[in-house]
Formats: sequence, structure tokens, C-alpha cells
Amino acid sequence: MEGWDPSTKSTLTQIPLLTIKAGPRDGAAWTQRLKEEYKALIAYTSMNKSKDNDWFRISAANPEGTRWKGKCWYVHNLLKYEFDLQFDIPVTYPATAPELELPELDGKTEKMYRGGKICLTVHFKPLWAKNCPRFGIAHALCLGLAPWLAAEIPVLVDSGMIKHKDDVATSSES
Amino acid sequence: MEVELKELLSDLHSLKKSISDPSHLALIEKMHLHAENIATLEKSGTIRRSKVKDMSAEVVDSNPYSRLMALQRMGIVNNYERIREFSVAIVGIGGVGSVAAEMLTRCGIGRLLLYDYDKVELANMNRLFFRPEQVGMTKTDAAVQTLSEINPDVVLESYTLNITTVEGFDTFMSSLTNKSFRPTKSGSGVDLVLSCVDNYEARMVVNQACNELNQTWMESGVSEDAVSGHIQLLIPGETACFACVPPLVVASGIDERTLKREGVCAASLPTTMGVVAGLLVQNTLKYLLKFGQVSRYLGYNALKDYFPTMEMKPNSQCSNAACLERQKEYILAKPTRDAAAKAKADIEAVSPAENPVHADNEWNISVVDDEEVDGSDVKNSGICVLPEGIVHELPVADDYPKAPVTETVGPADDLEELRRQLEALNAD
Repeated sequence: MEGWDPSTKSTLTQIPLLTIKAGPRDGAAWTQRLKEEYKALIAYTSMNKSKDNDWFRISAANPEGTRWKGKCWYVHNLLKYEFDLQFDIPVTYPATAPELELPELDGKTEKMYRGGKICLTVHFKPLWAKNCPRFGIAHALCLGLAPWLAAEIPVLVDSGMIKHKDDVATSSES
Repeated sequence: MEVELKELLSDLHSLKKSISDPSHLALIEKMHLHAENIATLEKSGTIRRSKVKDMSAEVVDSNPYSRLMALQRMGIVNNYERIREFSVAIVGIGGVGSVAAEMLTRCGIGRLLLYDYDKVELANMNRLFFRPEQVGMTKTDAAVQTLSEINPDVVLESYTLNITTVEGFDTFMSSLTNKSFRPTKSGSGVDLVLSCVDNYEARMVVNQACNELNQTWMESGVSEDAVSGHIQLLIPGETACFACVPPLVVASGIDERTLKREGVCAASLPTTMGVVAGLLVQNTLKYLLKFGQVSRYLGYNALKDYFPTMEMKPNSQCSNAACLERQKEYILAKPTRDAAAKAKADIEAVSPAENPVHADNEWNISVVDDEEVDGSDVKNSGICVLPEGIVHELPVADDYPKAPVTETVGPADDLEELRRQLEALNAD
């Protein structure tokens, strides 16, 4: 965990760790794992709210809990940039992390694979591998998506690649 | 096009007949000639060779297999024609997979199963196989288009799906177990799976499927900086599976700190990918047609032209349950394996072709390969000393204390209740 900022570290320690090593093909064990995922997400979301650092919404998009959809946002220069967020739980979960997708940014940055999957190779994957099965969706958001947004959104905004929705609205009206 | 040209020609013909003014005749004659030329060009453009029923060794220009069948005459391969009985599944039709598919197609492989969910892009044109006019097509469709033209004898099946999703995985598994191509075949429906994907997640999925199906497979990879690669043979239970040890990469051999990691996620070269595809298919041919020595792991460092090799035994602590089952079966099957090895040794001993070192063998002494793994060896961890130039790409999972079994079954342990709680938080 060297190189991580103290606030991410302290947030991380407060997200409950998971114990059940089970993926979507493991039947009842997956249901148990899913409960742990929910507990960790509830804890993380409430913590963000209490610290006035709310930055995502995520819910299962199917009853099996293998497909997730929601939103995430990032504030840059006092403007809020919001994006759709989605991912599948891979069949080899939790040995492999979910591949987080921001489809609206597909093709706009080099640090992304096709389909809007964010590139997590260097900063996140080794940590996930080391902490299997204790990390879950909440940890992936905290250690994968949050630092990615913090690094990429300012660059994308400053380079004009993405525009704030108010700017888009006014420019299309004129 | 062919039909339209025919109609144009017949129209011109009737026009020529019906016309009364002879001054126009020369012009119509000219148009007729042009149309005929186009028709000839069109015909020569779409010449497709017909299917070949039996592979022939006859050395004539029109035989697509003469140079391959010559491998038999040269004593390299015993029965090349067997290649038509084999099915190979290629997962990932990118820089390595597409080239591997073309090589196997040109070799006359019986059947290819192709898996990819991506589309062809202009950004792929620095690699081999796909052509600019195929941009926008799915990689599987574009591959089938090209491969069926190159060799119509190969049975091609394409699957446009993502194998890491739950639905994609189900289709992947059932396609591998379909035995319609060779109904007599035991085991799964394919002889070998080639993993040509570009990410860890997909490799772990291929590993999962092959461990569950007891399916031998080969893994291939090219590093993100495009200057190293590797191929690896994985036999469930006998060799390390992909989850037994953290993934290995060939070190670039230059100071890692000098490598720029900013910006693009991956670089690629047609050379490195072509070399790795070549190594992969070479190993595939040796494995299927039983010649030469099949490599267990072969690395390629392009900067230093260094090719490390190694072997990896399975890890008895492997996190993959299916791998542990295959390991158990492998140990249980040792007596059968030994008997088969002895029978083979006996046949070779009585074979008149070779001069025996000793004319009689009163005490039935035979030389046994001491490399055969016995049960105790398998218990050793798969994590071994790596040869120079190979490093682990990801760390092993840390040990962690098992959770106390006394789980609190409180009000918050109902899935629906938890879902409602998260939705309540999401609502405001």
C-alpha cells in the first residue's frame, strides 16, 4: 500500500473485509458472498455520505447480482462531471476483479480498453490479487475507480475531451 | 454482380439486333466488348478452390497439401493426414489468435472454433491478418471470411461473445463439449484450446473451463511493451494450472524504471506477435501430430533474443478447486501411466528395427524415465525457482486468518433487506 494517500488508506481500513471466496457459479456460497458485498457497499456509501464525499451510486441490475449499474461523478474546478458506471461479475470472481466500465468515455482516453473498461493494471490489480478474497466491489471502487477518476477527469476536461453538461446545453442552444 | 453483368450483355445483344441506324453499331460493339472484359475480370476475382476430399502427397502445383504431406516423406511426421481429425479452439482473435488461426487453416486443421467479442479497427492494422476493408466487422466474422477463402476444407465455427460473463461462459463450455465433429472422441469435443487473449481475467476464465473439462490447453501472451512474449502448455493435474502460480512474464531485461508507463495501455508489434503465434502453432502441431519435443514453457525476450524454458509442477495449495481435483486424479492414475510406459518400453525393446544393446534381457530390466512425477513430488508447491529472465507479474494472495464461524445471523443478514438498505442510501 505504499504510495497511496493517507485518506484513501484510512477509508479503506473502514470498509468491511469480505471472507467468502465464491463467484457467480457457486450457488448458495455466492448468495453469502453477495450479502458481504452489500454490507461492504452499505458501509462505504454511508461513510462517504458522512464525510460529504459521496461519489457513486451502484445497484445490482439483475436478481443474481452478476451485473451492476449506476453512476459515478467527479468534481473538478467546482463542476460536477457524472458518468454511467457498469460492470459484470466475472465467472472467476473474486480471483479476478470486476472490469469497471464507463461507456460514455469509450475512445476518449488511452487509459481505457475497448467498451470503456478502465485500465487498472498497474495501480490496482496487484493489490486485488494480494487481497483475494477479502476485497469486494466496494474496494474495487475505492482503490480502482476513485484514483482513476482523480487522475483522468482533470486531464480529459482540460484537454476539452469532455465538456460539462451545462456547457454542452448552452453550446447546442446557440 | 454476375447476374447483372449477364443481363447487361444480353440487353446489348438485343439492342444490336434491333437497331436500324448502322452508325451506332460500332459504339454498341465497343460497349459489348467492355462488358465482356468486366465479366471475365469478375470471374477471375472470385475463383475459389473447391474442397479437397483426401489429402494427397502428389507433387503438383494444384495440390494445396503437397508441401505439408512432404513432412511424412522426410520422416518428420508419421501421419500428417491426421490433422484433419483435430479440432482446435482459439480464444481471442487478435494479433496472436488471428495469425495462429491462419497458420492452422493453411496446415489443413480439421475444425477451428473462434471466440472474440471485439470488432476490427484501423488501430489493429499494425498487426497481421485483418485488412482495412474489414474495419467494423466482428473479428470472428472477418476471420471466417478470410480463412474460408484460404482453405474451404476447414470447418469454422465462430462465437462472438465475452467468455468472462456468466452467459458467455456457459456458451463457451457447451461449445467445447460438443462432439458432433468427431462423435467417437472421448473427453471434450476439442483436442486443444489456445488462449490468445490479452488480459489476465480472460486467461483465468480459460483456465477455469479447461480445469473443469480436464482439457489440455496452451496459453500465449505478448507483453504490453511489445518486446517479450511466451507460450505455455497446461495439462490439468499434470502441470501447474494458470492459478497455481502467479502469472509469469519474461522480464524485458532493461531497467524497469526507465520504462514509460504513462499514456497508452499497450503497445504492439506485428513481429513479436507473429513470432509468438509461430511458436504457439509450432508447439500445437508437435503436440497434435506427435513429433519433436513439446515445450512446457517457452519465453521470448525480443531485446536480447533470449528464449528461457522451464517446467512447472502443480501447486497442492492451488486456489482453484477444479485444479485440485485434477491433481488428485493424476496421482491416482500413476499405476496406469507406469504400465503404459512399461508396455511402450517393451515394444521398443522387441522392435527389430533397433539393435538392442543387450541381446537377451534375462532379468527383465528396463530403463524407466526418472522424470516421472511420483505422488510426493506433486505435493511440493508449484512456486519454484524461476530461471533467469522470468518474473511474476502479480503477487500471491496473502494468507489471512479464517473468519470465525460464528456468523451473526442478525436482521441484516437477509439479501433482500441488504438490497433495500443500499437502495435507500442510493435514493438520497
